[in-house]
Amino acid sequence: MPRSVTGPEIERLIQLLAKLPGLGPRSARRAALHLIKKKDQLLVPLAEAMDVAVSSIMVCETCGNIDTTNPCTICADPRRDASTIVVVEDVADLWALERAGAINARYHVLGGALSPLDGIGPEELNINRLVGRVASGGVGEVILAVNATVEGQTTAHYIMDQLAGLGVKVSRLAHGVPVGGELDYLDEGTLSAAIRQRTKF
Amino acid sequence: MQWTDDGIIIGTRRHGETSLIVELMTRAHGRHLGLVRGGRSRRVQPLLQPGNSVVATWRARLDEHLGNYTLEPTVQRAARLIEGPAALYGIQLLAGLLRLLPERDSHPDLYEATATVVDWLDDPAIAGGLLAQFELRMLDELGFGLDLGQCAATGTTDDLVYVSPRTGRAVSRGAGQGYHDRLLKLPAFLVADDETPHPGAGEIADAFRLTGHFLARHVFEVRGLQMPEARASYLALIARIVPAEAAE
Repeated sequence: MPRSVTGPEIERLIQLLAKLPGLGPRSARRAALHLIKKKDQLLVPLAEAMDVAVSSIMVCETCGNIDTTNPCTICADPRRDASTIVVVEDVADLWALERAGAINARYHVLGGALSPLDGIGPEELNINRLVGRVASGGVGEVILAVNATVEGQTTAHYIMDQLAGLGVKVSRLAHGVPVGGELDYLDEGTLSAAIRQRTKF
Repeated sequence: MQWTDDGIIIGTRRHGETSLIVELMTRAHGRHLGLVRGGRSRRVQPLLQPGNSVVATWRARLDEHLGNYTLEPTVQRAARLIEGPAALYGIQLLAGLLRLLPERDSHPDLYEATATVVDWLDDPAIAGGLLAQFELRMLDELGFGLDLGQCAATGTTDDLVYVSPRTGRAVSRGAGQGYHDRLLKLPAFLVADDETPHPGAGEIADAFRLTGHFLARHVFEVRGLQMPEARASYLALIARIVPAEAAE
């Protein structure tokens, strides 16, 4: 059995870092060592930032986004188009759309997609609140920006059924060739979707 | 341990950051799960969608291990399936039914039936009937098959249009005349040998009412499970989009 070369505090730090995405035990050990070496410049500010984050992070009661205010910065921003709601599965998707800067609308985070294998049904998702937001008025379009997977699209159709009769336009993202994509490297499914959804040039 | 078999993907689950646990309905090894390393990569994930057919090679040190899959796609239907709600609800319903099977229990007939249904899922006029027939076959495979060959009261094999909700046996039109409000309707397509039935929405609803009654009683309620959510959504959709009368 390998002997521990550090105290339990450092071992715990390494173990926790190893739970982060992209880090295994070996890279966690390197990260921990780097933090320890740069204690004043990195470790202490990081610990303080994490402490502040723990006490101030909250989930927006309107859209399900994660922020330090409730309602979140996006929901509270008067410059955003409140008549359009972009529905995403996860906060990471919201951040991706914001990075792209493609739309200046408000969001709604579902918290996942319908997945019988994972036991995620409509009750586990933030769908009722979305229906409530739309029903309360002022929304002209709902854009379903969910993943182009069977689960994502099932969720999209379920939401569309729930929104039927509320007099709102429902659209979804196009499926097809990504920018920079070479046709001979694309899977057949994406290619046939691109052909079916071709647009006039 | 190692085997290679044909399979149809019926579900996936994330495992860690880069891998997927893939659930297959295989020809000879039944419903079988396995890990696909790198299955969440941008290149591989589009191939590992429910509805796609694959040739699967499963490897594990011991038989009881989850094991690793190497999957080679053969038919990619997922892009077609995600085009419309009927196919999406259909594949979810199909997967929900297949999950009633114990893992690694061979059901080659159900594999063939699954392959037929997924091929037609984007045509709800045919898939509705095939899914109802699939539910009937599912009852049979789970040991609760219905006796639809002859009338429980008279023994006749003609004009069987009802099923007793208590015994699961067919009843002829004549014998069931006085009790028709208490019997379940037996649509003719459900027991016909047609590989691509074209029943009307009314017949499909009758068929699902029949299979649903016995699935609920013998399988779902006993196991404390709910019917798949997709079943109700699928039936509501079929009622809207399939013509009420059967096509000639």
